[in-house]
Amino acid sequence: METKNKIRILIAKPGLDGHDKGAKIVALALRDAGYEVIYSGLHQTLEQIIQTAAQESVDVIGLSIMSGAHLPISEKLIAMMKEKGLDDIFLTVGGVIPYQDIPKLKEMGVSEVFPGGTSFEEITKGMNRLF
Amino acid sequence: MPEIRDILEGSQIAGARMIRLIEDNDPSAFEMLKSLYPYSSRAFIIGITGSPGVGKSTLINALITQFRKLDMKVGVIAVDPTSPFSGGAILGDRLRMQRHATDENVFIRSMASRGQKGGLSRATKDTAVVLSAMGYDIIIIETVGAGQAEFDISSLAHSIGIVSIPGTGDGIQAVKAGILEIGDIFIINKSDRPKADAAVLQLEMMLNMRDTRGQRPNHAVTWAPRVMKTIAQKGVGVKELAHTFLSHFDFMKENNLIKPKKDAIEKSYFNSLLQDLALEKLLLFMKSSEAYMEVLQKIQSGSIDPLSAAESVVDNLMVTRNLKVTRKSNDF
Amino acid sequence: MGVAKYIKDERGSIKEVIYQSGIKVKPVYGPQDLEKAGFKYEKDLGAPGEYPFTRSLHPQSYRSRAWTTRQYTGFGTPEETNERFKLMIANGQNGLNVAFDLPTQMGYDSDHPLSQGEVGRVGMAIDSLKDFETAFAGIPLDRIGSGLTINAVATIMMAMYQAVAEKFGYSKNQISTTPQNDILKEMIGRGAWIFPVEHGVRLVGDSIEYAVKELPKSNPVSLCGYHIRESGATPAQEIAYAFEIAKAYIDNVVQRGIKPEDFVGRFSFNFNVYGNLWEQIAKFRAARKLWAKMLKNEYGVTDKKKLFLRGLFGGGGSGLTKEQPENNIMRGAYYALGAALSGAQTTALCSFDEAYTIPTPRSALLSLRTLEMLMDEVGLRDTVDPLAGSYFIETLTLEMEEKIIEEMKEVQKMGGMVDCISSGLIQRKISKQAYEFEKGLQSGEYKKVGLNTHATDGQAEKTDAGAVELHEYNEEWATKSKANLKELRRTRNDRDVKDSLKALEKAAGCSDNVMPCLVKCCHAYATVGEMAGVFRDTFGEWNEPDFY
Repeated sequence: METKNKIRILIAKPGLDGHDKGAKIVALALRDAGYEVIYSGLHQTLEQIIQTAAQESVDVIGLSIMSGAHLPISEKLIAMMKEKGLDDIFLTVGGVIPYQDIPKLKEMGVSEVFPGGTSFEEITKGMNRLF
Repeated sequence: MPEIRDILEGSQIAGARMIRLIEDNDPSAFEMLKSLYPYSSRAFIIGITGSPGVGKSTLINALITQFRKLDMKVGVIAVDPTSPFSGGAILGDRLRMQRHATDENVFIRSMASRGQKGGLSRATKDTAVVLSAMGYDIIIIETVGAGQAEFDISSLAHSIGIVSIPGTGDGIQAVKAGILEIGDIFIINKSDRPKADAAVLQLEMMLNMRDTRGQRPNHAVTWAPRVMKTIAQKGVGVKELAHTFLSHFDFMKENNLIKPKKDAIEKSYFNSLLQDLALEKLLLFMKSSEAYMEVLQKIQSGSIDPLSAAESVVDNLMVTRNLKVTRKSNDF
Repeated sequence: MGVAKYIKDERGSIKEVIYQSGIKVKPVYGPQDLEKAGFKYEKDLGAPGEYPFTRSLHPQSYRSRAWTTRQYTGFGTPEETNERFKLMIANGQNGLNVAFDLPTQMGYDSDHPLSQGEVGRVGMAIDSLKDFETAFAGIPLDRIGSGLTINAVATIMMAMYQAVAEKFGYSKNQISTTPQNDILKEMIGRGAWIFPVEHGVRLVGDSIEYAVKELPKSNPVSLCGYHIRESGATPAQEIAYAFEIAKAYIDNVVQRGIKPEDFVGRFSFNFNVYGNLWEQIAKFRAARKLWAKMLKNEYGVTDKKKLFLRGLFGGGGSGLTKEQPENNIMRGAYYALGAALSGAQTTALCSFDEAYTIPTPRSALLSLRTLEMLMDEVGLRDTVDPLAGSYFIETLTLEMEEKIIEEMKEVQKMGGMVDCISSGLIQRKISKQAYEFEKGLQSGEYKKVGLNTHATDGQAEKTDAGAVELHEYNEEWATKSKANLKELRRTRNDRDVKDSLKALEKAAGCSDNVMPCLVKCCHAYATVGEMAGVFRDTFGEWNEPDFY
């Protein structure tokens, strides 16, 4: 992908979990790192996330998942992105993610995984690796 | 690269990608916009403006619901400021409109102002062109601040809603000077708060006294601005508001006001294009010329001041092209 | 996380200490500090068990009774939860603290599309009274009280608790339940909200009114400063916001013609224990005092017992680290020490593996044992309020009281808590603080052992440490719940369901109390999703404000 003037990223909270502190502070950190961040708000269905990503033509979707459901959610979203022709968008996942699940997520097609406690610097580095 | 045909057929993905090219100032966007422009005249463009915290996004969320009930397709462009420190932005206006995200007849697009004064850039107008060509009947543009930038909401929208809330102290908050003149509908949101009626009265009084010298003096019929109360959070007054916007549109059509409005919009679009292109192309031309380097050296050696130098470079360019212009024209 | 800011001089000595609430700590305190602060024993402390209760609610405190422990329990199916309940009781726990899965918390049945992948994951899945019958089978509901960790649909769960007790032959006068039922804090922090602010507050009001009239032993609201703090509030804000939220609920109930005296004694609180030890102790002592003063002076409450700030001081999830998870066992012990030194009546500890997973039986038991050691081994029951009279602690308690009042006044200036939450003012303030704090943690400005100081080699950290056993999600929970639900829909009396839901709709639409209708719906085996659906249709859903 060519380098663009600004990277647009959708920070999304899928599903019913309402712990949004992590998503919010990462959004603030990314803004301060020069990104344009679209924040979805809580309780989003995967359909809402897909449509938002499409309408906002983002480069990256960043999912924040604290409930433990990161594997099934990521898998389903990736399938939907393919179906919609949005598989040029990078998918990253953060939240309560056990390290042992990282290879599984990457195998599915998740580009970067940022488990809770990842520093802002590491997140920005990870994002920049994508472009 | 999005296809013109897909955009004209209303594909959201194609439209969104086109908008992204516009935002990123991609050269291909310009060519594509030329093809889309002829299809872009049908949408009714509503501008919603007001200070932060008055509930613009919530109001737009409720307006979308009303327009959808009338089976109209709705596009929204929500402009948020870019951080002057990092160049980044959080675009959160759509947060309050997310329940419309999966409605295929609604398209919501967040845009960062990317350093434009007054929050609107030419990219906003370009985006409105795309949404109109995609077949949206109504385009709502949300922006903070109006009246202070050269390319602001009044050079873009057919109808302008100014949102404010009942003030805590002196009745009306957030209606600043200069904004009275551009508003068509004044909305007192959160009108379940105390002093809402006082705010309405005060606004009406201010509107009666407003400076109308700028308007066409010999035109018999003009739209009398409305003041309306809403409680966007509860949907109160929003149906009436949606219908008032539509009746403003009808009023303009019936009284032959739509043509002058569109002329004015087109003119300011043309002006802003001229400004951008002239800057882009002429500057590039001048900077790459030998004369530029020569003059720059003269400045740096102290033999000419930068002001005289800039003037002479531009004048020379115009002389060679045989151009003449009277300097103080404010007609742009 | 919650550590103070330490500014050092060039030789590495600590020059300045600033607590999160903004209080500067001196190197040495003496009698002149108390004098300067205008400290008076009778006014500021009083004897234990006497107004303003700074020292203790009861004259003998832990001498007469050790604290109550309430580990957060519940997962998977009601059957599994029931087993866990019985295990906790057999292990000496004297109250239950029930966790619900996200679909239940959000008012969706197990077969709703949004429930996919979440059934039974973070708590037990409840669809109808049938599930409560299973979960509470064999639990002596007249002796064991139950905290129900649920908010948006707390009214429904409270009704269901009454229904299950009645089914088992207990009267509603015998049972004691404490639903969390603090919807405003969900809007600030935990995010399990459904309905718009004013409808959320009305439901809380309904449940309080109902408890006053019908459930004499139940406590209808547990105000959770806890989650507000987890979201980024300072200790002073944690107390201030919880109190301002309490006032919003009190005002709603007072409008119904009920006197504060008749219900404020039923409020309980849930506060957080992580952070600087002294700041926490001062926070709890100041909070007890302020609450009593506020109820007495602003609401005219006279009965001494109704001035008690009762509640659970515990948890501490934000203080735990993912790095070196075993460290969290010690960390939790220090947090618990703070709670004990503050005279906490009820407590619970986050388990050391919570940064990864919901607690396993082993880690939950470890937390319980940690709490028991404080009471039975270390000597925390020896004397009441052992730190009283300390120049430092008493000065700090007075300073903390001032800070809390400052924060409360700011909320009042902005129109009260309901307005502040609707407009997002509080959320914006807290997320900004959380962001700044996180930056300080990452830069090492705030110290965290195992994370930014005394960390072992970074590379070795990136594995789930062997000590943590992960709790696997079981797809069968959902399958089973869905099957049960199908069976329920087939066998229940549709007419009863329909009629009871119709009555609920009517009550929700006017200002009638919804509680009696909900109890009838539960008895008719209406599902949680059906009852919440009535509310969704009547009230609509909240649009959250922006946060930046």
